[in-house]
Amino acid sequence: MLRLSEIVKVENLRKYFPVQKSFLEQIFARRMRYVKAVDDVTFPIKKGEIFTLAGESGCGKTTTGRLVVRLLNPTSGKIYFNDLDITELQGEKLRLLRRKMQIIFQDPYASLNPRMRIGDAVGHPLEMHGLAKGEDKEKVVLDVLEKVGLTPPQQFINLHPHQLSGGQRQRAALARSIILQPEFIVADEPVSMIDVSLRTTIIDLMLGFRKELGLTYLFITHDLAVAKYISDRIAVMYLGKIIEIGSKERLFLKPMHPYTQALMSAIPVPDPKRKRKPIELKGEVPSAINIPSGCRFHPRCPDKKETCALKEPELVEIEKDHLVACHLD
Amino acid sequence: MIKLPLLEIDSLAVDYQTGRGRVRAVDDVSFRLEKGETLGLAGESGSGKSTLGLSIMRLVPYPGVIVNGHIKIDETDIIKLPEHEMRSIRGGKVGYIFQDPMTSLNPVKKIGAHFVELIRTHEPTTSEKEALERAKTVLKNLGILPERINDYPHQFSGGMRQRIMIGLAIALNPSLVIADEPTTALDVIVQEKILELLESLRKIYGMALILISHDLSIILERCDRIIVMYAGHMAEYTTGAELHRAPKHPYTERLLRSIPNIELSDQKLSAIPGSPPNMLNPPEGCRFWPRCPYVMEICRLKVPPLIAAEPSHLVRCFLYGEKGAKIE
Repeated sequence: MLRLSEIVKVENLRKYFPVQKSFLEQIFARRMRYVKAVDDVTFPIKKGEIFTLAGESGCGKTTTGRLVVRLLNPTSGKIYFNDLDITELQGEKLRLLRRKMQIIFQDPYASLNPRMRIGDAVGHPLEMHGLAKGEDKEKVVLDVLEKVGLTPPQQFINLHPHQLSGGQRQRAALARSIILQPEFIVADEPVSMIDVSLRTTIIDLMLGFRKELGLTYLFITHDLAVAKYISDRIAVMYLGKIIEIGSKERLFLKPMHPYTQALMSAIPVPDPKRKRKPIELKGEVPSAINIPSGCRFHPRCPDKKETCALKEPELVEIEKDHLVACHLD
Repeated sequence: MIKLPLLEIDSLAVDYQTGRGRVRAVDDVSFRLEKGETLGLAGESGSGKSTLGLSIMRLVPYPGVIVNGHIKIDETDIIKLPEHEMRSIRGGKVGYIFQDPMTSLNPVKKIGAHFVELIRTHEPTTSEKEALERAKTVLKNLGILPERINDYPHQFSGGMRQRIMIGLAIALNPSLVIADEPTTALDVIVQEKILELLESLRKIYGMALILISHDLSIILERCDRIIVMYAGHMAEYTTGAELHRAPKHPYTERLLRSIPNIELSDQKLSAIPGSPPNMLNPPEGCRFWPRCPYVMEICRLKVPPLIAAEPSHLVRCFLYGEKGAKIE
C-alpha cells in the first residue's frame, strides 16, 4: 500500500480502447482488437514533488494523466490518493475528491468556455462545490487572478477568453485549477502551445505554487528540456509502458534505456558550436494495436539481443532512484 | 564580376486589412540571401515570420497585401510579375514546405499524382510516365519505397508525409526552399530525421534554405545566418555563432535566456515580462520597449533604425546609437 510520503500511487494501470470495427469484421472477426494506450504502468508520486511523464505522441502519457484524476476509467489496475483507493469512486465521493485533484490542459483556447467571462470561469469550481458565491466568490477570484499575474484582476474578471492572449488564458486556467486549494494537479503539456518568451513565466508560477500552496504535480510533456528544468523525477514512456524512471539528476547523467538515450540525443541544443551525435533509430513507433513481442522497443533498438524479442523486461532498480526496463547490461 | 544574390528583399512591408483595422505584419524588412546559404527566421507567433516567407512566394493570404518594397529573385522583381510568370517561380525556382503535411496534401490523390501534377504544370512536355519515374527517384532519395507512389496520403505517418512534402518542394530542383515550421507537428526523433534529410538534400542539390521556426535551438544548430523577428520588425540579423556568442538586441538576449538547454545542469531560466504586443495597436516607438529592461526615453518615441553595430551584425535598437556606435 501507500507509503507515508506518497500522495498518489498507481499500480498495474491499464487502459485499452476498443477499436471500431467495420460491419464485416463484426461478423467474421474472432476477437475484439484494442489500442493498448496504457499497458501496465506502476509508479508512486511523493508529496510535494514534480513527477513528469515524458514521451512521444501516442506513448500513453496523457491517458495516464487522465486516468489518475479519474477522467477516464481504467481497464484494470489501482489508483490510490492519500491512502484511499479511488479506482472505483463514483458520484458524490468522486466529486469531493475533485476538490483535491485538478487538471490543466494543453490548449488554453479550448479549455475556457468562450461565452463565459474570465471571472465566472475561474470562480465556477467554487459554485459547483457550493463553497462560495456572490461577493465571497468574487473576493476569492480576485485573489487568485492576482496570484497568477492577471493584474489588475478587477479588469480581467469582466473579459472574455478571446480578449486574452494564449499566455494569459493559460494563467486563467491555472487560476481555476488552484482556486479550490487542491493538493495535486495534473498539468498536461501546459506550456507547449505558448510562445517561448512566456513559457518560463507559466513554469515559474507553477513552481511558486508548489512552495506556497504545498502542491504536488504530475507534469506531462513531450519536451525533455522542459522536463529537465521543472521535474524532480521523470518517467519515460514508450508505447504504453514506462521504460525508465529516475531522479532528474540520475536520468540525465546516465540514461540507461536505449530509447531514453535516443530521445535525449535528438533534442536540439541552442548552441551552434555544439555538434550533437544523434542516435539513429530504425523505423517509427509501431501501432499500439499490434505491440511487438517481448520488449516493445526491440524492433527499433540499436543494441537488441535475442531475448529482447522473446521476453518482456521488467522495470528493475539498478541504482537508488533509478529504474529501467531493459535486458541489456 | 560582382556576385549576384539569389534573393534580395528591400524595405518590405505587408499589411492585413482586417475589419478591426490595419495590421502591419511585416515592416521594413531587408536582407539578401546568397546561393546555397541557410537563413533562419526565428520569432514567436505574430512576429511576421510566416508572412515574410509567404511574401517571397507572393502567397500572402487575403486580406494581406504587400504594400511596399521589392523582392528580387535572381534579379527579377517579383512584386509586379504577372500571375502566370509567378506560377512558374512557385514550385519551380522556389519550393515551399508547409507546417502541416496533412492539410497540404490532397487526401483523394495518390502520392504519384501529386508529383505528376507538379512536374507537368511546370514542364507540359513531360509525359506522365516520365514524371512518375522522376517521382520514384525523389522518393528513393527521401527514404521512401518507390512502390508507395500508389498510396494515398492517409496511408503514411506524419513524418513520412512531411518527407513527401519535402520531396514535392525539391522535385523541380529549386534554387531556394522555404520551410515554414517543417517539424513543429512532429516528435523529436522524427524531427531530427526530417531536419537531417533536409540538410543532406540541400547539400546534394545546392539549394539555399530559409528555415522558419519558433524554436531558436533548431535554428541555431542549422543556420548560417539568423534573423530574429519581433512584432513585424527585424530585431537582429547576424550569423548563428555571433548571435549565440553576443546577442545585441535585448529581446534576443532575453529569449536566449528563456530556452532550456538539456546539456546544462542547474540552469536558471528567466522569463521576459509582459507579452508580445497586439498588432492592431502596437506600441509607439520600438515595438519591444514595454518589455525591455533597458528602455530609454527615445525608445518610446521613435522606431529605432536597423543599424550595423558591427560589420555583419545588424540590430534595431537605440542602445547602439542611431548610426552604429554603442552608447555606454
